[in-house]
Amino acid sequence: MTDQSEIKTASRAGLSRRTVLAGSAAGSAAIAMPGVLRAQAPVVKIGILQPVTGALAYDGQQGQIGAEAAIKAINDAGGIKSMGGAKLQMVFGDARSTPEGGTAEVERMQEQGVVGIVGGFASPICLAASQAAARYDLPYIVDVGVADSIVTRGLKNTFRFGPGFGMVTKTALANLAKLNEDAGKPAKTVVLVHEDGLFGSGLAKLMQAELPKLGFEILDTIAHPTPTRDMSNVALQIRAKNPDLVIPSSYYGEFALLARTMQQQRIRPKGIYAVLNGAASNYRFVKEFNEAAQFVMDCNHWHDPRKPVAEALRKQVEASGKFWTYNIPLNYSCVGLLADAIERAGSSDKAKVTEALAASTYAGHIMPYGPTKFTNGQNEGGAPVNTQVQGNDIKVIFPSDFADAKPVFPRPA
Amino acid sequence: MFAPDIILAAVLNGLMTGSVYALIALGLTLVYGVLHIINFAHGAMLTAAMFAVYVAQTMLGIDPYVALVPITLLFFALGYGVQRFLIGPASHGEDRNILLVTLGLSIVIENAMLSIFRSDTRSIDVPYAFESIDLGFTFLALPRVAAFGVALLVALLLGLLLTATDTGRAIRAVAREKTGAALAGIDVAHIYAVTFGLGAACVAIAACLLMPTFYVTPRAGNAFVLVAFTIVVLGGMGSIPGALLGALFIGVVESLCGLFFGESLGQIGIFLIFILVLLVRPTGLFGARA
Repeated sequence: MTDQSEIKTASRAGLSRRTVLAGSAAGSAAIAMPGVLRAQAPVVKIGILQPVTGALAYDGQQGQIGAEAAIKAINDAGGIKSMGGAKLQMVFGDARSTPEGGTAEVERMQEQGVVGIVGGFASPICLAASQAAARYDLPYIVDVGVADSIVTRGLKNTFRFGPGFGMVTKTALANLAKLNEDAGKPAKTVVLVHEDGLFGSGLAKLMQAELPKLGFEILDTIAHPTPTRDMSNVALQIRAKNPDLVIPSSYYGEFALLARTMQQQRIRPKGIYAVLNGAASNYRFVKEFNEAAQFVMDCNHWHDPRKPVAEALRKQVEASGKFWTYNIPLNYSCVGLLADAIERAGSSDKAKVTEALAASTYAGHIMPYGPTKFTNGQNEGGAPVNTQVQGNDIKVIFPSDFADAKPVFPRPA
Repeated sequence: MFAPDIILAAVLNGLMTGSVYALIALGLTLVYGVLHIINFAHGAMLTAAMFAVYVAQTMLGIDPYVALVPITLLFFALGYGVQRFLIGPASHGEDRNILLVTLGLSIVIENAMLSIFRSDTRSIDVPYAFESIDLGFTFLALPRVAAFGVALLVALLLGLLLTATDTGRAIRAVAREKTGAALAGIDVAHIYAVTFGLGAACVAIAACLLMPTFYVTPRAGNAFVLVAFTIVVLGGMGSIPGALLGALFIGVVESLCGLFFGESLGQIGIFLIFILVLLVRPTGLFGARA
């Protein structure tokens, strides 16, 4: 933007000519302070980082849908009011499913003057991208990235709205114990199947430590890469161990392949209890693998079905021919969180926005959480729910105060 | 330690997976052996063929096994055209240019798929997807057994085509001595295109056999093509039996390594074997004598 156009836009915002000229001169003289000028700009640029090409592209596209819907909703409702109705403008970055891709896009977004970044999806991308953003004190909101290390590094710029896998596993295990108890304890033995990246391995490690304390015996832990061409061996090992429960933590394609192979191999445990699984709370899986998907449970992110905005968004997404996945409400909410912080900061100054995020009590989101409360960058209010595929639908089975179905466990023979 | 029946089941699974690798490697080895080029677009062609199967099934309601014939013919024609009118003229006869052209082609195909289909994971629903053959100690998924049978048949037919037909003899002549073949009256450009077409036809068959049990994304072909490259070198460049046996062997090695060392390490077995064979027998298992 040239100085001339800055003067024009700032004048439109109702500032005196002298202030504008002073600001403009300062901006020209000190490149390190472009924030001063952007504060008066009619648009606020925010970075949306998603892996829309590469192995995680499907998840990235779903996240993008949520972020775009939120930006549109906020702009339609008048933009950032404390900044004279400034409109949010998306700077989109494709993380290309790799941490390096994510880092490169953070650099580009910083150059383009974003106020903050939302997204990342996978833990390795979030770890690298938030670290890169930290170099510029650029606020970074993690949409999914569940590895706990993301928020335990002491980075002041990094905030995670959703729960990390420590919290998800804790909730998942508590719910599993309750589920098993209510059914008369039919499940005693478990096989863990997980993708071998940061997310799956970390989760498996936690499970291995905690499940025995709840009276479950772990018969085997099977890691697999992403992508995997064939799940036959994994199925074979499950068959050999004959567990009561299979607990898988993988991305979409691999879980769909596993569920399909298990069905081909006639492996029918008493329950498939997925944790943070890409498929078990995905309508595409329910539609395309309906038989294999029946009664699969998942402990994952999910929207709050009691909130009208969430249900309206879901209908809108489904009407456009897309499948509803948790990435959509999570990104929708994260963009809302950033916009709320910018609104309260009344400025696009990165330090002020970071400060506003740290003190956030944002309640306008569409997740089943209370108002946000960040401790060391982690939203203490974030919590997962348990879902189960029943017929053609995905039902919430825990927590019971907003569950819309009762769990079916053990799975009918 | 695993029980013998599990190991046997893993070997059978490896053979089934290996047979699909074989089809992909057969196409690659033909192109490699005759045109002396690495076709970087092979993976993207496989993806395109998988999407063709997907479209045939979901939009036109044609079963992948029925679609096998038209899709194979279509891909033969496409492969012929691409070599004759794109790769051949654009490369000006230089091998390194051909490499770049096929690399460019793969990027174009992948991005075309991405823009048409987005990067959603897509699969098809066929009634026999979950049918299995009960062997007592394990179940073999019917679509995978079908893939195994067809792969053997295709390898056999391809071998016959190369040894017992005029076209096959011409392909072998061009592979051995391009200039000599041209002097003997063989239309080298035509034979190159036929070979490329056959390579494309092979991936089309592989796609038809894969789709009942696998899924497709704009990058799905890449998951198979690196293994196929390994197989081509392992089996001996340009060797049909080498590609078939190498693929089955690699399938079993991958399966057993996955079973014993964990799925994540299954592929390490492939590359260890590969390095070992190259050390002991640099021309590959069935490679032509120097």
